[in-house]
Amino acid sequence: MKLLLVGEYRENKLLDVTYDLIGFADKLESEKVMVAIGYESDVPKFDGKLYLADANELGEYNPAAHKQLVLDVIEKENPDLIVFIHSSFGWDLAPRVASSLKAIQFTEVIDYKDGSFIVPSCNSKLRRELESKTLKTVITIQAGAFTPLCDSVGVPEIENISVSTTSDVNFVGYEKAEEKGLDLTKAEIIVTAGRGVSKKDNIPIIQALADKFGGELGASRPVADNEWVDQSHQVGTTGQTVSPKLYVACGVSGAIQHLAGMKKSEFIVAINTDKDAPISEVADILVVADVLQFVPILTNKLS
Amino acid sequence: MKILVCIKQVPDMESKFKVNAENNWFDENDLAYRINEYDEYAIEQAVQLKEQLSDVDITVLSVGPNRVKEALKKALAMGCDRAVHIEDEESYIKDSSQIASLIVDFSKDKEFDIIFTGMQSQDRGSAQVGVIISELLNIACVSTIADFEYDNKVIVKRELEGGLKSIIKVDTPVVLTCQLGLNTPRYPTLPNIMKAKKKELISIDSLTLSCTNSLSETLSFYYPEKSGACLILEGDTSELADKLITILKEKTSVL
Repeated sequence: MKLLLVGEYRENKLLDVTYDLIGFADKLESEKVMVAIGYESDVPKFDGKLYLADANELGEYNPAAHKQLVLDVIEKENPDLIVFIHSSFGWDLAPRVASSLKAIQFTEVIDYKDGSFIVPSCNSKLRRELESKTLKTVITIQAGAFTPLCDSVGVPEIENISVSTTSDVNFVGYEKAEEKGLDLTKAEIIVTAGRGVSKKDNIPIIQALADKFGGELGASRPVADNEWVDQSHQVGTTGQTVSPKLYVACGVSGAIQHLAGMKKSEFIVAINTDKDAPISEVADILVVADVLQFVPILTNKLS
Repeated sequence: MKILVCIKQVPDMESKFKVNAENNWFDENDLAYRINEYDEYAIEQAVQLKEQLSDVDITVLSVGPNRVKEALKKALAMGCDRAVHIEDEESYIKDSSQIASLIVDFSKDKEFDIIFTGMQSQDRGSAQVGVIISELLNIACVSTIADFEYDNKVIVKRELEGGLKSIIKVDTPVVLTCQLGLNTPRYPTLPNIMKAKKKELISIDSLTLSCTNSLSETLSFYYPEKSGACLILEGDTSELADKLITILKEKTSVL
């Protein structure tokens, strides 16, 4: 199977997640052909071919121009499979490319077996196994699912490409996250409140357990979005990435973005009524219980 | 200004799912359904824009079986003006591009200025329908918006990784796909629920719309095997707490 990998750059830099594409190509034992809008001074290390458009000319992500560049390279290379990372770049650009090709797109692929693609479903509780019926197939791969086994080495053969830029959107600039008021990365114990705590009034129950442990309070995305807990406590891809000695996830279902931010914790306890919650994939212990009943008892017994 | 909001009805994700007889999706029976969480933000943003400007008309649309009318009624109670139900008993097995083609066939001559939708559904998670709609209508699209303003032009912030956002200005017509946390979706009030009963709910059989061909086959649908590394503790809550403390004392250095 012939692949075309679509690499990612942002703010003058190659993004590390690009190496997941190399990991995917390695798994399929395929030749590596990549297209990217980036900088010749900072190209990914691999043996293969790199079609490179100059980001100095094209600027940051511009859907129309990037789509056209990828389509131009598809025309030249005639790949069977076009591979993006499932990122804000990939999930935006992949459907545009697939739609132009009238090809199927599979989203957030986590495995490839005998010609079929495995994707998560229902908040990652279930899996779908899918087969393409189109000549070409576009996929986005879940970040972290195809990490290369070893550091990638090599120097790609570069072919410079360009496109006359057109854009139907106007990129104004970036907005950086505010300075974090709280550094969770140094905490030895984090007790995180998830959606299972039900409402803001119940946060003190979780805070009390965090205090009893002498740890910090963490928050999952819905808890921060609903402003039950300040966003500075958020753990996950949009929040902080932590690796404490003990992580207690209270009513956290375990969306992939949350798991990415805490799975390196030394010991993980999950408290959840749902035994199938994806948090169990990374937890050492899953206590099947209602958070609001269990946590006060645990806090009490810890005295 | 004419706005279209595309929503999906999905099961509560805490549900105990059973695989259906065809082995290609979940069994729809005995599940509690609700509006896809991302789509609630889409509805709310449309309604807020209607509150900001005087001449805004909001159509809310959903593709699916009869049950999706409940989701549409909630959207009407939140402030949408009319609802369109594209009746399709087999929407669960359609590709994102097929769902998008149905929506486009309905909307192509309606000249919507803004089409809002969630960035993805909680059950399927393809994150494709909104973007494909923009491609088929040949209009601009900004996905994953975490902030929205309108001042004769749409100004949005796209959520990227690591807390970074990109600020984008775009003219209408445009498709915007909404990220969680974009706003605070309202709860329908009782008077608004009553008012919604008088609003128009149009049903269209999907077979009367033009739909593209299926591009994929679902070979199987299943629960993943557990890694086995996770110890599951069940039983009396008080005993569970004792067991957990014992394990924490053995396995960690924190107690």
